[in-house]
Amino acid sequence: MNLDAKIPTGSMAQKWDKHRFDLKLVNPANKRKYEVIVVGSGLAGASAAASMAELGYNVKCFCYQDSPRRAHSIAAQGGINAAKNYQNDGDSVYRLFYDTVKGGDYRSREANVYRLAQVSVDIIDQCAAQGVPFAREYGGLLANRSFGGAQVSRTFYARGQTGQQLLLGAYSSLCRQIGLGKVQMFPRTEMLDVVLIDGHAKGVIVRDMVTGEISRHSAHTVVLATGGYGNVFYLSTNAMGCNVTATHRAYKRGAAFANPCYTQIHPTCIPVSGDHQSKLTLMSESLRNDGRVWVPKSQDVAEKIRRGEINPSGIAEVDRDYYLERKYPSFGNLVPRDVASRNAKEACDEGRGVVGSGLGVYLDFADAIGRMGEDVVRERYGNLFDMYEKITGSNAYQNPMTIYPAVHYTMGGLWVDYNLMSNIPGLFVIGEANFSDHGANRLGASALMQGLADGYFVLPYTIGQYLAEIGPDERPSEASSEFGGVEESVKSRIDKLLSIKGKRTPTSFHRELGQIIWDKCGMSRSESGLNEALEKLPALRQEFWENLNVPGENGSLNQSLELAGRVADFLEFGELMCRDALQREESCGGHFREEHQTEEGEAKRDDENFSFVGAWEYKGADSTPQIHKEELTYEEVKMTQRSYK
Amino acid sequence: MGKDLNLKLKVWRQDNADDHGRFEEYGANGIDTDMSFLEMLDVVNEGLIEDDREPIAFDSDCREGICGTCSMVINGVAHGGQKGTTACQLHMRHFSDGATITIEPWRATAFPVHRDLVVDRTAFDRIQQAGGFISVRTGSVPDANATPVPKDDSDLAMDAAQCIGCGACVASCKNASAMLFVAAKVSHLSLVPQGQPERERRALAMVEQMDKEGFGNCTVTGSCEAVCPKEIPLDFIARMNREYGRALIKRETSS
Repeated sequence: MNLDAKIPTGSMAQKWDKHRFDLKLVNPANKRKYEVIVVGSGLAGASAAASMAELGYNVKCFCYQDSPRRAHSIAAQGGINAAKNYQNDGDSVYRLFYDTVKGGDYRSREANVYRLAQVSVDIIDQCAAQGVPFAREYGGLLANRSFGGAQVSRTFYARGQTGQQLLLGAYSSLCRQIGLGKVQMFPRTEMLDVVLIDGHAKGVIVRDMVTGEISRHSAHTVVLATGGYGNVFYLSTNAMGCNVTATHRAYKRGAAFANPCYTQIHPTCIPVSGDHQSKLTLMSESLRNDGRVWVPKSQDVAEKIRRGEINPSGIAEVDRDYYLERKYPSFGNLVPRDVASRNAKEACDEGRGVVGSGLGVYLDFADAIGRMGEDVVRERYGNLFDMYEKITGSNAYQNPMTIYPAVHYTMGGLWVDYNLMSNIPGLFVIGEANFSDHGANRLGASALMQGLADGYFVLPYTIGQYLAEIGPDERPSEASSEFGGVEESVKSRIDKLLSIKGKRTPTSFHRELGQIIWDKCGMSRSESGLNEALEKLPALRQEFWENLNVPGENGSLNQSLELAGRVADFLEFGELMCRDALQREESCGGHFREEHQTEEGEAKRDDENFSFVGAWEYKGADSTPQIHKEELTYEEVKMTQRSYK
Repeated sequence: MGKDLNLKLKVWRQDNADDHGRFEEYGANGIDTDMSFLEMLDVVNEGLIEDDREPIAFDSDCREGICGTCSMVINGVAHGGQKGTTACQLHMRHFSDGATITIEPWRATAFPVHRDLVVDRTAFDRIQQAGGFISVRTGSVPDANATPVPKDDSDLAMDAAQCIGCGACVASCKNASAMLFVAAKVSHLSLVPQGQPERERRALAMVEQMDKEGFGNCTVTGSCEAVCPKEIPLDFIARMNREYGRALIKRETSS
């Protein structure tokens, strides 16, 4: 397998400029002869589809939601980073680049990250011009806030709904192109496989989720913008429909899957309240600016709280353990996400958790209210406190919030080169679905930045190179045997899912899978635990294919069938994740191996042996996948151990 | 842990757009008051699948009140009647033991039923496609701070832009009017300087498409405002009417 990252030569600051000059161009009159498929309509997919249509390409865009406006980018709360330096506080492209590489614990590709920081400034211009109502100062200029992992204020935001407003901006551009006839939109349509012809990605097989009709779509090139795989954990902050199917199917057709073990666990989510839980809700990280995290010092006190015998406000200061402030005096409650999450788990594992399940810690605003008054706290966080009350029924002005970490984002994804093309020619992967920019840990407010950077400002250029090389005449016929073969396999899989007629629901398998992955491949991982998971997963998968029950038929709207297909892919994918976590004998970013920690219990990287991207090649249903390594070299940034003490 | 509830559900079942549809009754027993309304339906559906019956189809995605996917009328009220709350954020602690809960889809000519509680809201997308945008090409834009926007205008634009496009306004309106939805977008974009060049054209095109889709007119009963999970106020409809009137006059005088 060839993992040539195709990083341009020249100095870091000039690579992208030089590369844009070197890229082949498609003659404007020829652009209309090309067909491009975009799967997914979140920030990456919608911005790419709209931008490519503006250039003149004919775009087909698919999404599983009933409207492209609903993709899960919409749920991002906090903001979007950009190196505008509007605050005159010393920010620069180089600083954003440096912070992102360091925040990713030195496991991302330098050249991609530098480009991301460069185009970040254009994103804000683009969104403002679309009418995105960013927060502003009284002079009418844009406001900024600070965010974790940075010492400058570079985050742009629109109240607590930045993702929504950016997505609606991209959606409005997409709508304009749909109205002009340059984008053909297929909502409620799920991609079930990718079609390769002579080794190139030339189309997709999709299912109409209302009628069940399976159809073929050919194109000159296929772009996957299908998001992350966080729902392999069953419980995550992802939307119910988020799934790994598109990228997993591409993997099974030969695309390398890079770093699947890199997942981000967000420290401030509302704890699980019972077995019925269907998803988890994030509370913005900004709460840690004023909230103090604590648990009781003793297990006995925690036990009494869990049984509802005592109230947290009645616990004396001396009996409380503000463990983040105690262990990390300089960063305190503002340590990065991975550190905050692991420490919460540790406190709960010691039996000091404070909710019924034992899996929750306090985030207490009593001091902040005492210092600034309830009104100021309400002004800053009112919408979050309201949301907390809606879900838990508890008033966080009076009682401390309870929080616990939850899966939030996946840094791993399909391997791509500098052009965002996978190792399958013609298959491009953008946004959370690829792996390239966040390394082993993503900084806050960087996901929106990457999705829009890829869609607006990177892919529209780099895709031209591929299209110019293949020429405009090569769109294959949908009647070809390759399309027929893949469609047949998609149909037979659906028939199989419907014909098992066993006893268990798709959700019950999904929940059991999620529990295994969370226990063994979640916040901390060990060799024995991962091996245990690798034994359990094939057995669960076998039971799935023998004992699943999907009522109904294919020829109508059938949500059980949709879910069953996704769970089937998650069951296979979960194994790949564990395998990747097992081979990575180090701790880095969101990947914490218990065997590899410092004496103080912090993550211990092994740069000598693991400074590489682990890209997995599918070798068939009965064979172990094979890992390929892209060595990471750092020309600009010196690798150091992160310390937040 | 919350308390357990035993409930009776009357749920609208309809196989497809051509089917007449009917109410069916189900028991929902041992429902934890900490569950969300949709998690309660998940429990009922798991039971139905275990009995080899087809589960109730309903739309949901983010389950945190922002994507606008969930869409059901609960006891006669779109999203269930908790102020500023989508169905996915409604929790069972607001229901009492032994209650009967009636669940229906959005009902409007412009929102045909796909199945059970799932409706087709692509009419909203077509209204957006008619003019709900500012025509800017990627890259051909000035620096973001080159165009200051007064904070009050920007904040008011954001109040309107919060619309999640769920369609509760249509579902609750006796005229099945989409005025609140359209007004939110028209107002958002007419309030910011970037939206000025297409201001009239946008208002005319979006209203025209809205009428074409078969949504009714506004008779200012305010039920849309009452159920809107983002609490978008009726004032925006007045603003849209002004925008529309202004655009008509401009068109008359310039022709």
